[in-house]
Amino acid sequence: MKPSPSRLLATLGASLLACAAHAAEVQVAVAANFTAPIKEIAAGFEKDSGHKVVAAFGPTGGLYTQVKNGAPFEVFLAADDTTPARLESEGEAVAGSRFTYAIGKLVLWSATAGRVDDKGEVLKRNAFRHLSIGNPKTTPYGLAATQVLDRLGLADAVKPKLVEGTNITQAYQFVASGNAELGFVALSQVYRDGRISGGSAWIVPAGLYEPIRQDAVLLARGKGNPAAVALVEYLKGPKAAAVIKAYGYGL
Amino acid sequence: MSLSATDLSAIWLTLQLASLTTVLLLLIGTPVAWWLARTRSRMKGLIGAVVALPLVLPPTVIGFYLLVTMGPHGPVGQLTMAMGLGTLPFTFAGLVVGSVIYSLPFVVQPLQNAFEAIGDRPLEVAATLRAGPWDRFFTVALPLARPGFVTASILGFAHTVGEFGVVLMLGGNIPGRTRTVSVQIFDPVEAMEYAEAHWLAGGMLLFSFVVLLALYSSRRMRPGLG
Repeated sequence: MKPSPSRLLATLGASLLACAAHAAEVQVAVAANFTAPIKEIAAGFEKDSGHKVVAAFGPTGGLYTQVKNGAPFEVFLAADDTTPARLESEGEAVAGSRFTYAIGKLVLWSATAGRVDDKGEVLKRNAFRHLSIGNPKTTPYGLAATQVLDRLGLADAVKPKLVEGTNITQAYQFVASGNAELGFVALSQVYRDGRISGGSAWIVPAGLYEPIRQDAVLLARGKGNPAAVALVEYLKGPKAAAVIKAYGYGL
Repeated sequence: MSLSATDLSAIWLTLQLASLTTVLLLLIGTPVAWWLARTRSRMKGLIGAVVALPLVLPPTVIGFYLLVTMGPHGPVGQLTMAMGLGTLPFTFAGLVVGSVIYSLPFVVQPLQNAFEAIGDRPLEVAATLRAGPWDRFFTVALPLARPGFVTASILGFAHTVGEFGVVLMLGGNIPGRTRTVSVQIFDPVEAMEYAEAHWLAGGMLLFSFVVLLALYSSRRMRPGLG
């Protein structure tokens, strides 16, 4: 029997409906420092679940403002633990859905090989013109950098040499372009497959700064979306953990 | 008033930056605009397009390219280092260079319009009276183009005051050296301290409005060129 046009249409319609039911879309707001790993995690998640991830990247503070003003995000991966907590207390996020998906590590980095020693002595010698950090008011990595300088007793000595990026990406850019000889950046920015990918670096001991806990939360808009819930679960799972570690985050 | 000392230093720095930029832009922009207005060269379209580029490019793109070219590995950076000046990013001089490029079309285009509006006739008349090229330019073209210069100065100044992306990319947010008003506003906004931002942000809004009001009112009173 030849398929009639109406039957064909019906079959087509039914299969489209089936697709829509299974493959939902999830909109994620992601802190800039987690851009590369979330792309890799999303690719794995899409393959395993059939859902689709749409990610928007930005500074945590800016994403917060967007969420508060009706942005269509369903999951939020922040660069700190205070912003997701704040969203939860303000009723913008699902209560109890908050968890730490990664712990950021701070690194003193130079684009030049051999400039940074593995104990960070280069800071004490003070033989550089500019030290790049993230803005301590707005970026957790910038705040951590000032804590390190305080604990090393170098805050006053290097103050005239500090240049600030609005976000950690920009702080990295200043160093990568050679305009600042040194910079405190996120390990994830200079770390690939278990080692520093270029230049020279000192991975700052965790005791010198408060832990940079990056929390994720299921936003109120994502509550009824199976794809959003599935992504949150996937982020807690072993496959995501492997990617997160490979990018130099702790767990 | 609740403007802090850092607010005031940011305002002072911004005014210095905008004034110096405007003066430099008038010096650079006048010959460029004159050439664009008078030439029949095939290069006119090319130069005009280059001048207009900052109108359409995102400031972050301009800032990024400046950061790279003026950095120690870039051609401009190598030149300034060879001249013993060091590199320009994170300095006031670097912001001036960035601002001149960023505000260029806002000065060149009004000047070009003003020069074009004069037409050939007054200059030809002056030539028959034996005025040389320089004389014609300074005693005929410049006075006739005065409204264009007013517009160009105001727009160049105001646009530099409102500049943000380029300063952000090049400046490094150093208090008293590269932290201008727009960056000073950005910090508390990003940190979600809106109350702090309101004073400066409100002041900026008021300033921009007054400048534009002055510009458009003066146009109405003196119709004609510009």
